[in-house]
Amino acid sequence: MTSKGLINLVHLYPREMSIYGDLGNTRCLASRIRRHGYEVRVHDHHPGSTLPDEAHLFMGGGGQDSGQSRVEDDLAVIADRLRVLASDGTPMIMICGMYQLFGNAFITVEGEELPGLGILDVTTRGNATRMIGGIVLDTDFGEVVGFENHSGSTLLASGQAAFGRVRAGRGNNGSDGTEGAVTHHVVGSYLHGPVLPANPGLTDHLIGRAAELATGRAFEPGDLDDTLAEQARSRQIRRLLAA
Amino acid sequence: VLKTTAAIVAGKTARLAARVRGGGSAMPGLVAERVDPKFLTHALSGVHGGVVVVTGTNGKTTTTKMLAAILRAHGKRVFSNPTGSNFTRGVISSMLGTLPLSGRLDADIAVLELDEWHALRFAELVPPTHALLLNVARDQLDRFAEIDTTAGLLATLATQTTGGVVLNRDDTFVSRIRAQVADGVEVRWFGIDPAVADDLPPLHEADVRAGDAVAVPDPTGDDGVLHPDDARAFRIGFGDSGIGPLELNQRGLAAMINATAATTMARFVLGDAFSVQATTEALRTVRPPFGRGEVIDAGGAPLELVLVKNPAGFTVALGTYHAEPVTTMVAINDDYADGQDVSWLYDVSFESLRDQGVALTSGVRAYDMALRLDYDDVAVDAIEPDLERALTRFIAEHPAEPRRIFCTYTAMMRLRRLLAARYGLAGFGEESA
Repeated sequence: MTSKGLINLVHLYPREMSIYGDLGNTRCLASRIRRHGYEVRVHDHHPGSTLPDEAHLFMGGGGQDSGQSRVEDDLAVIADRLRVLASDGTPMIMICGMYQLFGNAFITVEGEELPGLGILDVTTRGNATRMIGGIVLDTDFGEVVGFENHSGSTLLASGQAAFGRVRAGRGNNGSDGTEGAVTHHVVGSYLHGPVLPANPGLTDHLIGRAAELATGRAFEPGDLDDTLAEQARSRQIRRLLAA
Repeated sequence: VLKTTAAIVAGKTARLAARVRGGGSAMPGLVAERVDPKFLTHALSGVHGGVVVVTGTNGKTTTTKMLAAILRAHGKRVFSNPTGSNFTRGVISSMLGTLPLSGRLDADIAVLELDEWHALRFAELVPPTHALLLNVARDQLDRFAEIDTTAGLLATLATQTTGGVVLNRDDTFVSRIRAQVADGVEVRWFGIDPAVADDLPPLHEADVRAGDAVAVPDPTGDDGVLHPDDARAFRIGFGDSGIGPLELNQRGLAAMINATAATTMARFVLGDAFSVQATTEALRTVRPPFGRGEVIDAGGAPLELVLVKNPAGFTVALGTYHAEPVTTMVAINDDYADGQDVSWLYDVSFESLRDQGVALTSGVRAYDMALRLDYDDVAVDAIEPDLERALTRFIAEHPAEPRRIFCTYTAMMRLRRLLAARYGLAGFGEESA
């Protein structure tokens, strides 16, 4: 089968910011891109390395405090490029720690303010209590299910769109019913699970947009069998909504 | 004393009730802990040969069992918590079976398996004389939150230990703890022969702070070094002497590392009384704990239960077995004891199962497991979330071939119980010491 085009997928900080199975999102994106009939090249971006000239899709994961402090300097180096790519409509999925770093700032429990990229108009405060458990959202990409585990409490600025409305679980802060944030095609979210394998609607939205950027043509999806993902997703949603 | 006696009677009654109901190894301990919070201190006050705590993410149960077996082979009366109930309450539960009404344990040495969090809670009540720190990996992060936190718990335990600490030289999360051990507390090490260290990466977590790891001194004659000869046979060197070659009843590098850790600690505790012959015999004969490579004769063909709880453990398990063609089932639950976040399955590569495929996935997250395997292009023949139906089907459809079930903790407990009922095995918690 001839390839429909090459998609460059960048995994930001797979060593430092890749806990809770975030690698699964990259595995899932790469695998689905191939199954849709495109070629994929996965670029592991480590602190100090150079981004590829053409980057069509970004994925970043959660980390520990020690991991976050290790990527800050590099993030400052690639910040301008990421901002330009984001405003040009490059799809990005940023989970947990990287979601926080894509916001305006993270304010620690001690009151120290760590600046973020400001791509998403959100601010996160460190919190004494963790928000842990299964979570179900209504999003523009359909129902989305995952697992949240974060102590950061995130507030959206007015005008900033949320990724989803919480139907079960805690979300950004446990009080306003929002989860994550979406600007252009940048999705920030606390959802582990990992979120992409079990939510193919969201995944294919990101891939479709990346395919358009990579080829200059509309997305030409393949005929994928998502029976397993639908079963896993719907069973877990039913369980969480019933609890 | 009256309060302690009341605590024992209350706990024993609860233990009997729990056994009649057929479950709950931690519940009776909870009852005793409520009646008398000083229960543990009092119970262990008569144990003069040492209180050894074994902790870390992977291999606690196996290592504890090996260490207790070695010490018993030296004629020591050992109290241990062999049921894998590795919380403080589980320790109390285990005691209740053997405790006289005086409330004082009649033993020379206590060897206790505790998870990282409860090891600390335990140490606040009873400072251990010795601590064996195995490794730190991602495990049930929904409870421990972060791997750095887990490493911190182990470091704190090391500072509370009064006599000696045994550390893993190959795991930087553990070896770094050296710097925090108090003066006067002796440190010994266990590890793998650097010549075979190529097998190490899947065993240990990438440590992003490796840059500021402390230097580990070269092994002395008191530090155990594992030399694997092949998949079964190995030697443990202590300087110019050592034990082996010998084989365990459990396969794989992980079990050999556990044996090295247990032997290093046994030698530490026993001092001059340490016997190569007794240790070798104990390691050769010790049976694997439930679900840790335990092989059951299920209707004339072997069925093996392999507990999986985190990426490092699952990866090592797959690596241990990949050369042997067997029929495979994977059972994933997501209760508290399993880890509620199944994300970790995506940190394991399942490519080694691709040729053979997987016969069945089961457990509450059976479909998530099948989906995970699909992303590694591993074919799955059937999905049956109900564990009992899955087990029945697995055995009926594959009656005459070797079979293996990878399972999370609560799935393992349930399967073990079903198998015990069908094939007349000893029930969980009734294993002879």
